[in-house]
This record gives sequence, structure tokens and C-alpha cells, in this order.
Amino acid sequence: MSHTTLATVLFLLFVVGTLAITFWASRQNKTAADYYAGGRAFSAAQNGLAIGGDYMSAASFLGIAGLIALYGYDGFLYSIGFLVAWLVALLLVAELMRNSGKYTMADVLAFRMSPRPVRTAAGVSTIVVSIFYLLAQMVGAGALVGLLLGITSDSGKALTIVGVGILMIVYVVVGGMKGTTWVQIVKAVLLMGGATLVTLLVLGKYGFNLSGLMGEAAAQSGKGDAFNQPGLRYGTEAQGIWGKFDLISLGLALVLGTAGLPHILIRFYTVPTAKDARKSVLWGIGIIGTFYLLTLVLGFGAAAMVGSEAIRTENAAGNTAAPQLALAIGEAIFGEVGGTILLAVIAAVAFATILAVVAGLTLASSSSFAHDLYAHVFKRGNVTEKQEILVARVSAFVIGAVAIGLGILAQAQNVAFLVALAFAIAASGNLPAILYSLFWKRFNTAGAVASIYGGLISALVLVIFSPVVSGRPTSLIKDMDFHWFPMENPGLFSIPIGFLCGYLATRMSKEYNESKYAEMEVRSLTGVGAEKASTH
Amino acid sequence: MTTEQHDSSVYEQIRATDRFQELRRRYRSWAFPMTVAFLVWYLLYVVLSAFARDFMAIKVLGNINVALIFGLLQFVSTFYISWAYSRHSAAKLDPLADELRGEIEKVDK
Repeated sequence: MSHTTLATVLFLLFVVGTLAITFWASRQNKTAADYYAGGRAFSAAQNGLAIGGDYMSAASFLGIAGLIALYGYDGFLYSIGFLVAWLVALLLVAELMRNSGKYTMADVLAFRMSPRPVRTAAGVSTIVVSIFYLLAQMVGAGALVGLLLGITSDSGKALTIVGVGILMIVYVVVGGMKGTTWVQIVKAVLLMGGATLVTLLVLGKYGFNLSGLMGEAAAQSGKGDAFNQPGLRYGTEAQGIWGKFDLISLGLALVLGTAGLPHILIRFYTVPTAKDARKSVLWGIGIIGTFYLLTLVLGFGAAAMVGSEAIRTENAAGNTAAPQLALAIGEAIFGEVGGTILLAVIAAVAFATILAVVAGLTLASSSSFAHDLYAHVFKRGNVTEKQEILVARVSAFVIGAVAIGLGILAQAQNVAFLVALAFAIAASGNLPAILYSLFWKRFNTAGAVASIYGGLISALVLVIFSPVVSGRPTSLIKDMDFHWFPMENPGLFSIPIGFLCGYLATRMSKEYNESKYAEMEVRSLTGVGAEKASTH
Repeated sequence: MTTEQHDSSVYEQIRATDRFQELRRRYRSWAFPMTVAFLVWYLLYVVLSAFARDFMAIKVLGNINVALIFGLLQFVSTFYISWAYSRHSAAKLDPLADELRGEIEKVDK
């Protein structure tokens, strides 16, 4: 049996299992709180696993392992930014949001502002961030099937994307938050299990000597000691001073983006109390931190055992390093059959990862469309719960279809920048509004709208005129050069712009609601009036 | 809409109480300086990675260099701050928050 057959079988098992859970969950989906927030009845540990499941995307698993395998230390920089970012969520956002919101990020902003303009802005930025993130995952799925399932033709890849898209639509439309959360939990367990297994095998082979593994990786890479130091990928000496600022810009976007990602923020609503939201983030930090330590070993292991030549041949961006390592270590320890099995397991886990993350993103964006834009902006709150959920399901279907279409069109594109852009937009457009809203008494409607649009638009504009889009051999548009912004990541400028727009617009408008802020402060810190878990 | 106004004025009264101000102070005086601290610590790491490469390249033990140790220390500090925050909340914030919530909800009924 070839690894592709076995991987397909394992992946189908995952699909069947999670679909069964999804249909089981759908029988308990009665109210809007069930559909949007899983009835707020998940335990902290369950939600913590689901946080890990939502967060450890293909970009984290395959992307970071690949970056470390090809560029050594610089891949590790990503992991650190992604992890430290959770402290922002833990200390400043998770509990207060759980206490003052209901289903979406916009609920917190609309609490004391004029609801329609604020919900419109927050809904738009939620959907934009989610689509960029979603697109990256879909394209990643298409790029991976070549190695993982042995599908290499363009039509085969397109079919895979359609398949992934249909599955994700089913999870979300049928299972709502409850079904999607269970998919994340199953995936997180599988991913941690698979990554731990390969890590232990690699460490075992090198006698649990990290220094020895790094030495071997550096030697195999042909870069020598430079492989274990920062600077091979980001802010290289050749890129000059702007390259170094680009590295800082990336670091800033990573650390401030997480607490503005819509699919992460809505996780805080799935537990009964703010205390559980805190505990679930603690679980999440433990799981995610451990996972990034594993990817460090996976990356160095792939560099040492597979070698950068072989990785680049398979996938120039290094996305296949982790599965290739699974094959190599399996063969080295258990022989050919062992290698095949391990590769199949990791391949199936990689697919489960992509599938789960796209489901989480689809849920976040369709919830925001239905709850913020449809129910509150278009219908001014005059809708029944039933109608709202119906719209949420229909929009999950539409967003899924859009993601499938864009995923097929964008097949040939570089995907890493889509994820970094999603983080930069989340950090520039969403985070300033959330923080001001929770902590600044004087903050008002004008400030909220200005900070969201200011951050969102400046991030998008700077990327359009960056070398990512034009002017370099690696750009999206190769034949033209209209770039004037020197960096790939806009965060260093767009994040301060988001904060500044919010500050200035707030100061220029006289409006603010003292008594609603008092209510928000009391509610957010004490949990008075917070949405309760449903009981059934 | 009258009920909402009534509620709001109740909230303003609660916010003005000493105990609520104490809760707010306990939360902010821990979370804000800590946020500044871990962001500065993280940005120091990023800036050193960009501009102090010779320093980051110093080997400490075998192939383990300053860059790796600095990176792993970011993990350690993140885990530590998370743990410390959960201790702080359990000891200083939760009891007071629960007490206030209990009283407010009793009045509501």
C-alpha cells in the first residue's frame, strides 16, 4: 500500500469521524447561542484545545517547520511572536470580552457606541481578515496535495480545494460553533500527537542532544553557523536597513495580531464564565507553546535528515518539510513500511489541520455577517433568532464558495504573505478599537470607526504598494513595478496609524456615553449581566 | 428604554464604590505594567535579532547560542507570566469580583 492510499484512508477516517460529531452536535443546535457560541457550555480544557486547533494552522505547522528547515533560526522568530501574542489576549482581552460581548467582536465595540456604523466597520474588517486568512489556507491545501495525496494535475488540485471547501461548509452550516469546536479539539489532539511522535523519534536519533541536532542541521544546510543565527531570511544584510525594519514590522504584527483575529476572539464566548475564558487561554498557551517547541525540533530535524535541496525540490517554500521528515525518520528507524505509515499519518494530520482552521474562519466571518451586518445594520435588530441563524448558514455557504473560487484562482500565488497580512490587518484595524473600547472612557463612535478603517485601509494600501505585489521577481505581479513602500509587512506603520486614527477621531468628536462605559466597566470586571451558558 | 437608564445609573453608583475602584486598581495595576514589560522584553529580542547579530551568534554551549537561549527565554517568560496572572487573578481579583457580582445580582432581583 502506498503512502498516498494510506494517507487518504486515514484522512477519510478523520472526515467521517468529525462529520459524525458534527451531525450529533447539530441535534443540539437550537438557539443562536448554540449556533454562534456552542451554548457557552464548553469546559476550559476543551476550549483550550480548540484554541490550539484554531491557531495551529497549516501556516504554523507546515510553514514554520519549513521555514526552520530552509532558513534555520529565522523560522523560530515566527513561533515566538505567535506565542507571546497570547499574553495580550490573556491579560487584556479574553475575560473582559467574555463578560461584555455576546457572539462577535463587534458586540464589544457596539456596547457603548452608535451600533450601526461601528458594527458595519467591525463586520467589514472581520470578513476581510478572515478571507485573507482563509485564502492562505485554501491555497496551502492545493499546494500540498501533490506530495501528500499524490495529486499533481491542476484539475486534481482544484478538485481537492472544492472538496475541502464543501467539507468546511458542512461542518459550519450543520454543526455551528459546537460542531466546529469539536472538529478543532479532535484536530488539536491529532496534531499534538503526530508532532510529539516525530519529535521524539528525531530527538531519540540524536541522543536527545539539541546541540548535536543543530550542528548536523547547520552542516547539512551548507550555511554553517549562520543557519543557527538570525538573518538568513528576514532582514538579511543584502536587504539593508529596510530589511531590518521589515523584521521588526513582522514581529510587531505577529505579537499584536492574535488578539484581533476574529476566529480567535469568538472562542472566548464558548465557555460559561470569564474565569473559564482565562483558563482556556492558559490551556491554549500551554498547548501552543509546546507545539512551537516541537516545530523547532521538526525544522532542525528536517534540515539535518532531509536536507534543504530535497525539500526545495518538493516545495520551494519548504511547506513539505515536516511530512518529508516523517518519511525520513520513519524509514531510518522502522524501515520502508514505517516511513510510509508515518508519512501517511502526518499527511492526514496536515489535512485535518487545514480543514479545521478553514472551518473556524468560515464560522467567524459568517457569524459576523449574520449578526453584525444583517441583523443589526440591515434589519436594525428587527429579526428573529431563527432568521438570523438561517442567514448565518447561508452566508457560511456563500463565504465557503467564495473561498473555493479564490483558492482555485490564487493557486500559483505565494501564500505566506496572506497570513502575515491577515495578522497585520487584525493588529492595525481590530486591536486598537478593542483595546480603546475596553479601557478608554472617552472613546466613542467616531474613534472606533476611524481606527478600524484607518488601520484596515493603511495596511491594505501599504501592501498593494509593497514589493510583495510588484517590482521583484517574487512579487505577485512580475511584469510591473509600482511599489514605493520599502517593506513587505505594513505593521510598523499601519498599527500606529490605527491607534492614532482612533485617538484623533475620538478627540475631535464630542460624543461619548459616560453611563454606558460605567456599565461596561462594571460588567467586564465583575461579570454582572454576562451572557449565561445554555442548559440542555 | 427607561429601564436601561435606570440600570446605567446603578452601574455608575457601583463604579463609584471603593470596592469596585479597588478591584479595578488591582486588575489594571497588574495587567498594564506587565503588558508593557513583556512587550518591551519581546521587542528587545526582535531588535537584537535584527541589529545585534554578532551578539546573538555567541555560542554558549556547543551549538546552543545566545539567539536560541533568548528565544527559549521568551517561552519561559510567557509561561511564567501566564501562571503568575492566573495566581494573581485567583487570589486578588476573583474573590472581590464574585462578591461584588453577588451583591449586584441580589439587588437586581
